[in-house]
This record gives sequence, C-alpha cells and structure tokens, in this order.
Amino acid sequence: MTPSKPTSMIQITDTTLRDGDHAMSHQFRVEDIRQIAAGLDRTGVPVIEVSHGDGLAGSSIQYGFSREPEEKYLQAAAEVIEKGQLAILLIPGIGTRQQLKQAAKLGAQIARIATHCTEADISEQHIKMAKDLGLSVHTFLMMAHMVQPEQLAEQACLMENYGADCVYVVDSAGTLLPEEARQRVKSLRSALSQNIEVGFHAHNNLGLSVPNTLIAIAEGAIRVDGCTCGLGAGAGNTPTEVLVAVLDKMGIETGVNLFQLMDVAEETVLPIMRHIPRIDRSSLTIGYAGVYSTFLLHAQRAAKKFNIDTRDILIELGRRKAVGGQEDMIIDVAVDLAEKST
Amino acid sequence: MPNKAMKVAIIGSGNIGTDLMHKLHRSNILKLTWMVGIVAESEGLRLARKLGYNTTHRGLDELMEHSDEFDIAFDATTASAHHRHADILASSGKLVIDLTPAAVGPYIVPLVNVSEHLNKTNVNLITCGGQATIPIVAAINRVAPVKYAEIVSTVASLSAGPGTRQNIDEFTETTSRGLVELGGARKGKAIIILNPADPPIIMRNTIYAQVGTDTDQQAILSSVEEMVDAVQKYVPGYRLKTSPLFDEDRVTVLLEIRGAGDYLPDYAGNLDIMTAAAVRVGEEMANHLQESPRSTQNDSQ
Repeated sequence: MTPSKPTSMIQITDTTLRDGDHAMSHQFRVEDIRQIAAGLDRTGVPVIEVSHGDGLAGSSIQYGFSREPEEKYLQAAAEVIEKGQLAILLIPGIGTRQQLKQAAKLGAQIARIATHCTEADISEQHIKMAKDLGLSVHTFLMMAHMVQPEQLAEQACLMENYGADCVYVVDSAGTLLPEEARQRVKSLRSALSQNIEVGFHAHNNLGLSVPNTLIAIAEGAIRVDGCTCGLGAGAGNTPTEVLVAVLDKMGIETGVNLFQLMDVAEETVLPIMRHIPRIDRSSLTIGYAGVYSTFLLHAQRAAKKFNIDTRDILIELGRRKAVGGQEDMIIDVAVDLAEKST
Repeated sequence: MPNKAMKVAIIGSGNIGTDLMHKLHRSNILKLTWMVGIVAESEGLRLARKLGYNTTHRGLDELMEHSDEFDIAFDATTASAHHRHADILASSGKLVIDLTPAAVGPYIVPLVNVSEHLNKTNVNLITCGGQATIPIVAAINRVAPVKYAEIVSTVASLSAGPGTRQNIDEFTETTSRGLVELGGARKGKAIIILNPADPPIIMRNTIYAQVGTDTDQQAILSSVEEMVDAVQKYVPGYRLKTSPLFDEDRVTVLLEIRGAGDYLPDYAGNLDIMTAAAVRVGEEMANHLQESPRSTQNDSQ
C-alpha cells in the first residue's frame, strides 16, 4: 500500500516530563520541569505532558515516590507554558477523579487517560469527568500488542462513546513490528468516527520507534508522542527531535522549530538525565519479550538484590502475562527465580 | 452454637449473591430463607429455587411482605440500590450486611473489628482488596505501628463485573480509608489492576507497610502468620506467596487468594473473600443476637 500524505498538521505531544519520569526514577526537580516545559513550549511543541510516570497519584512504594508533590510540578509547568497545552496522564485504578479535578484547577488542558488494551470500560467515569471539566481527552490503549487489531478497535470505540477526542495505540512494550503497528492504527482509524483522532505512542526497545511512528502517520494517526533525548521508559520513547527532523525532511508539518528543539534536548534535558535510556540487553529483552517498558529499572534493582539476571525476570514476567502497573510482580518473580537458582 | 438458626435473606441474585447462597447453604448458624432478584430468568434465582429457597424477581418490595421470615439481610446489589434498601430495612428493624460500596454503615473486617460493631444495624464490607489486605496491615500494626500502608490488588479481568468497572475510584478510595480506619495505618493508599490473562490469574495482593527501622522483625513475622492462619479459617485459599520481606523501614507481604469455587471459579478469590467475610460477620451477629436481647440493636443507623 502507498502511504498517503496526511492532510492536517501532525500534532506532537512531548512526554519527557511524564514518560521520562520513569527514567529519572521520579527525581525531577521542580526547576527541571519549569526549564524543560518552557524550552519545549518555545519550540512550538503543541502538547507537553507532565505527571508521575504512572500518572497522577503514581507516587508510591509500588512505582517510586516523586521527589516533589505533583501539584508543584503541574503548577511550574502551567506557569511557563504559553503557546502549547499542558497534558496530564491518569491511569484508572491508580489515580482518581479527585486528582483529575485538581489537575484541571492547576491548569491542565488535556487529560490523557490510559487503560490496559482490554480494559477500556474502567475509564468511563474519568473520561466523562474530564469532558465535564472542559478538558480535551486523549485516551491510551496500553500494551496494544497483546490483542488483535479488531479487538483493539472495539476497545477504542468504547472510549469514543465515553467522549474521547483521540484514541492512542500505545506500544508500551516497544515490541510492535512495523506491520503490527500498521494494522492496529489502520483498524482504529477505520472503526472510529472521522472526527475522532488516532494517536501513536512508541518505545524504542527494538529500534523501531521512529519507523513505526511514520507508519502510524501514513495510516492516519494525527497525534504522535515523543520524548526529548528519548528520555522515557525502557530504551526510551521516540526521540522528539529526531522525529521532528525526519518529518521535516518528509515535508510533513509539525509546527515545531527543529533547531530550537535540538538545543532543548542537548542543553536542558541531557544535563539532568540520571540514566541514559538506550537499547542495551535489558531494554532489548523488554522489546523482545513484550513486557511493560517501565519494568526496566525495577527489574534491574530486583536482579541486583536477588543476584539473578534481569533478563530472566523480564522473560518470566512476559510468560506470566504481567500488565502495566504490576511492578509488585517483579518482586514475586525475583523471589521465585532466586529460590530456583539456589 | 445457637439453639436455633437465624433466618437470613439475600438481596441480589448476581454472581456475588449466588456465591453467597452456596456458602450460607452450609452454615449451621444462619438459615437462608429468601433469595431476591430483579431478573426473573436469572441463573441465581433458578439455582435458589433448585435448592429450595423462596425467590422473587420483584426486588426488596416483595421481600418486605414477608418481613417476619428473616432477621438479617445481605445486600449484594449496587451502591445506589443499597441506599434505598438501607432505609427500608432499617425502618423494619432488620440487620443489614452490605456487600456494596455504599458504606451506609461502619466498615467491618472479620478478625479486625467485628466485635465493635455487633450492635450496629448496618455494616459494610468495604472492598475485596480491603478484606484481603486490612487483616495484614492490622497484624503488622499491632506489633509495629504502621506509618504508611500501600496495597496493590490484582484481579482477573473476568472477575471484575460492571459495578466494579464503572466505579473503580470507589475501590481505591474506600480501600485506602479502610487501611487507615481499620488497619491502623497513619496513611493509606490502594491501587487496583485488572489482568486479562487467559487462563485467568488468581487474585494477588501486595501489602507494603512502612514501619520503623528498629522494629522486631520476628514479632511482625509471627503476627502476620497468625493472622493468615486465622483468615484461612473462613477463606481456605488465603495464603502467603512468600515469607514477608524486610527492606530498610518497609515490610512487603505478597498474598494470593484462591477462591473456594462455590459458584464462582477459583481464580475469583476477590469475590470469594467478600462472600466468606459476609457469612462470617453474619454468624457473629447471629451469635451475638442469641446472647443478648434484640432491644440493644438500635443505637446506630
């Protein structure tokens, strides 16, 4: 099939300050949020997401405590974002409508509401409330590789019915092959009403984040995610500056100033990075086994503690079909593997 | 054991109500008389008729025409229905054990605070995650004050009905409150995860408790093990996956709950622990009623 050129401008959401929170082990300073959000906003990135990696109220023993309260992060971002819009992430089961309301009060304009790819019906209350609060709603079907394209589209339609303005195919495990990504985006695009946008969120565990994003765009995705310097879970996300450069060369409009964005990546984000996400044996195993990218650092810590191989933990998590958010299962698996190896 | 079994009714003939019916069928202390639904052809009502219970598909109103045929009502409907039911049942002096998240009456967990509420007319069973994890938090807290308790309940997607799905915030909010009010933690947080794996996963719970760094680990271990043994008396499939783990100021307890498989499949430990707790609370109420006159039953809503 021949990729058709998109008719409207591609809308980039930069999630350095949300997905990157995983890679930062939740240690962003308020000042980091302010500097990065301001920098991104000046480049013309239309949507900037700020939240704990696991969404509002994600600060916990299970996922890691944030260095500062989320109100401070959101306030700092809201203060400096002038051209773009501030987005937050909410995962029902972790965060509640109470935090959603607070985020709206603090200046969030877009609610990104995420569920596992088969559990869209737990997001109804949150989507409806976000709409009532006057927010735009972008929904996430996470771990999209775990179901077939048709089932994914059924779940997307539920979200449309609840009021979503955009539904994302989310490759949380960075494991989708190009053809698999294509089928999923295509399936959503044909099932959803024309006025509902399709989005794509990638992780680079198999080195496919940029190519898969291009395929998603060719299949009709209008919203695509990236992280500056690829700062995100697993091997990181689609690097926003790389994506913008490629799209620019392809003649696809994003409205983002490429050279300013390169500067933000190099001068503002890179210096504060605690961990440089890259395709190493652990993150590659995540993509290979199809497990949640966020498990990376948790699995590495457990491997060290129990003196076992990170990859064995990750493979076993894949075998047990762990879904996003089940970080506690990492301990469980590590204990089992450590017992077996003695 | 009382001289005479106490008569009880179930309102709600869905999955929970039907599983509860099977458990009550075995009780020597509680005698089920009525099973109330709103859908004539429901599986729960059909099974109830087969077991010889009175049934109606015309809801609580019909049951109230037979109000001399039960003393305790188990409500396994929904929070909004329960608000209406609670008033009707209270005005005719019935005791109510509420399995919905309505929380009209005080929270109750067997082994933790049942004795405090035996004279209440309406008690609430919190959530499945609360029934699963609060006993552990209470067990830790009785030997080492818990500054912060955080729990993660992971249940099979198939075991989470529309009620849970449409009101998932109620799970996190109600369970968090229970960790504090009953578990004794100074602060609480609850997370729920639905996992669609096939075959379905057995309910798992992780309890993280922040205690001091100078706590007596052996005392915590013994207290937790004692509690697990006690819960097993009414939930046989309740077990530690591994011995509690200690890390700096934190205790981590990994629990698995396999259901008894009465009506619901055994992976649905989350539903089993609710119905098992309901029976247990009902039996304690019945015993208390037998021992003390009924006139003491009016001191709360």
